[in-house]
Amino acid sequence: MAIKSVQAVFRSLATLEKTVEKCHIELDEQKNRLTFTLHCKHGLMKTHNLSFQDSESLQAVFDKDSYGNAFRSHPRLLVDTVVHFPPSLDEVTVSVSDDRMWFRNHVEEEADQSKAMLTELCLASDEFDHFAVQVHNSITFCLKELRGLLVFAESTGLPISMYFDEPGSPVVLSVTDSVLEGNFVLATLSDDPNHRKNNTRRARTPPPPPDDFMNDDIDSYLIAMDTSIAPGPSATGPPTPPLADSICSKQAAAANHRTRLHSEEEEEDDETVDSSRPPNKKFCSLFFGSVFPPSSQMTTQPVTSQEVLASDSEDDVE
Amino acid sequence: MPLSTQSQADDEQYVLVASLDNARNLSNILKAITFKDHAIFNATPNGLKVTVEDSKCLQANAFIQAEIFQEFTIKEDSVGFQVNLTVLLDCLNIFGGSTAPGVSTALRMCYKGYGHPLTLFLEEGGVVTVCKINTQEPEEPVDFDFCSTNVTNKVILQSESLKEAFSELDMTSEVLQITMSPSQPYFRLSTFGNSGNAHYDYPKDSDMMELFRCTKTQTNRYKMSLLKPSTKALALSCKVSVRTDSRGFLSLQYLVRNDDGQICFVEYFCCPDEDVEEE
Repeated sequence: MAIKSVQAVFRSLATLEKTVEKCHIELDEQKNRLTFTLHCKHGLMKTHNLSFQDSESLQAVFDKDSYGNAFRSHPRLLVDTVVHFPPSLDEVTVSVSDDRMWFRNHVEEEADQSKAMLTELCLASDEFDHFAVQVHNSITFCLKELRGLLVFAESTGLPISMYFDEPGSPVVLSVTDSVLEGNFVLATLSDDPNHRKNNTRRARTPPPPPDDFMNDDIDSYLIAMDTSIAPGPSATGPPTPPLADSICSKQAAAANHRTRLHSEEEEEDDETVDSSRPPNKKFCSLFFGSVFPPSSQMTTQPVTSQEVLASDSEDDVE
Repeated sequence: MPLSTQSQADDEQYVLVASLDNARNLSNILKAITFKDHAIFNATPNGLKVTVEDSKCLQANAFIQAEIFQEFTIKEDSVGFQVNLTVLLDCLNIFGGSTAPGVSTALRMCYKGYGHPLTLFLEEGGVVTVCKINTQEPEEPVDFDFCSTNVTNKVILQSESLKEAFSELDMTSEVLQITMSPSQPYFRLSTFGNSGNAHYDYPKDSDMMELFRCTKTQTNRYKMSLLKPSTKALALSCKVSVRTDSRGFLSLQYLVRNDDGQICFVEYFCCPDEDVEEE
């Protein structure tokens, strides 16, 4: 059924609040009609008979309670976060550590890297009503969808819960109250098994906190940018952000950028020295490269169960 | 009155002189019927009637009684001419049409007769503007032959609820169907749009219904494009009477109160779109 036709029924919110006393919804399967009857003040009755078509619906297979990472906050927090990203931004990357959550804009590989603006926000766990992280993951999903549901959540004032697992698994945003439960299931970018070069490394556990993923040059770049990353970048040296995991090896795709190459080389050296160091290389590709050709993975439809399973089996992040 | 500085002798030549302290009392009501460029003016000792027509299917009339004017002098039984309504409205609002309280444009409208332009003297804050608008041979307005004796169904509604319904009407529908009946659904507005149909039902005992006089069940369809201009009149009005006659012709009469609380009428006549089987 076209959303516009249903929207037309409830066109004027102000009028609705002032005049409508009750709304009756009835489905007539024989005539293929969905009828909305609005009983208004002064005896006025508005009847809308909308036609509909049978269609197959996609069923998203997900179990939000089984997801390792769960958060809950007032929608205001997320609204204030996404407002910093340009309206044209398609995708956002969310990363978590034990006590922080980062929001970064996701930059396409095709974009002119030297002109790309990178935005990053960090939220502390105490800004959330509930903050539980089991796995330091990083997921990338469509920001536009998030904005849409934030508008809804903010108007209801209900807390939003967010559940996600590893990249590739859908992220579920949930709004609940006594009369309704809304689950917004968004697909996330997954790792592409074909591109992965660092299988073994990835098998390492656990993925390190994201705030120390800086490579030397990226480090200074970020310092220069005066980002809001709380812990000093690379002060504690070590392991790469799980981000890298999520991007998994777009090195192939990322191979173009000089800086990237440079970093990669550096890291390779580093890696021989510190084998416990997780793939900075991967991080670089996140930073400069495209994660995945958007069309094949990024959809606003709930990820079908097949895709999720495929990622699960190959993407052993733990 | 500043405009009376004009020589009285000139008045001898005019067949029609009409003065208003507040030109808005005329311009507002004319806006309610401005859907075509040209309007036919017909002045009688009773007052001024302005008519606008569209493709012989729709006619709008605005009535401004002589009592509304501060001065209304007419030398003949009937004075008629046709002018460009858009130009007239632009002139009436020549001082910017500000709605600041206490500030109003005074108008003196004069007409010497056939072949002469319509002369408007407009004054605001001591500044006087003279506008002369060319007149044309008045066309004979279509006579819809709508007599009260032929009226089968009549309702008078408070405009408020009708305004809401009209603002929500599905514009993808080509027609607006009006059903009037002594039994359910009494008074119904229906649209048939791309996504489905919609009905607005007004029960006969609603608070909004001031008068309900329906003798037989009638359903008529009218082109939405023809009725759309009437929403301007609806917006200005406080009450509207909806009448249909035995042929299905529609008469909408709007009661409009002007800035000074005086009453004027705007009337729309519309032909039915097609012959609909009467239920």
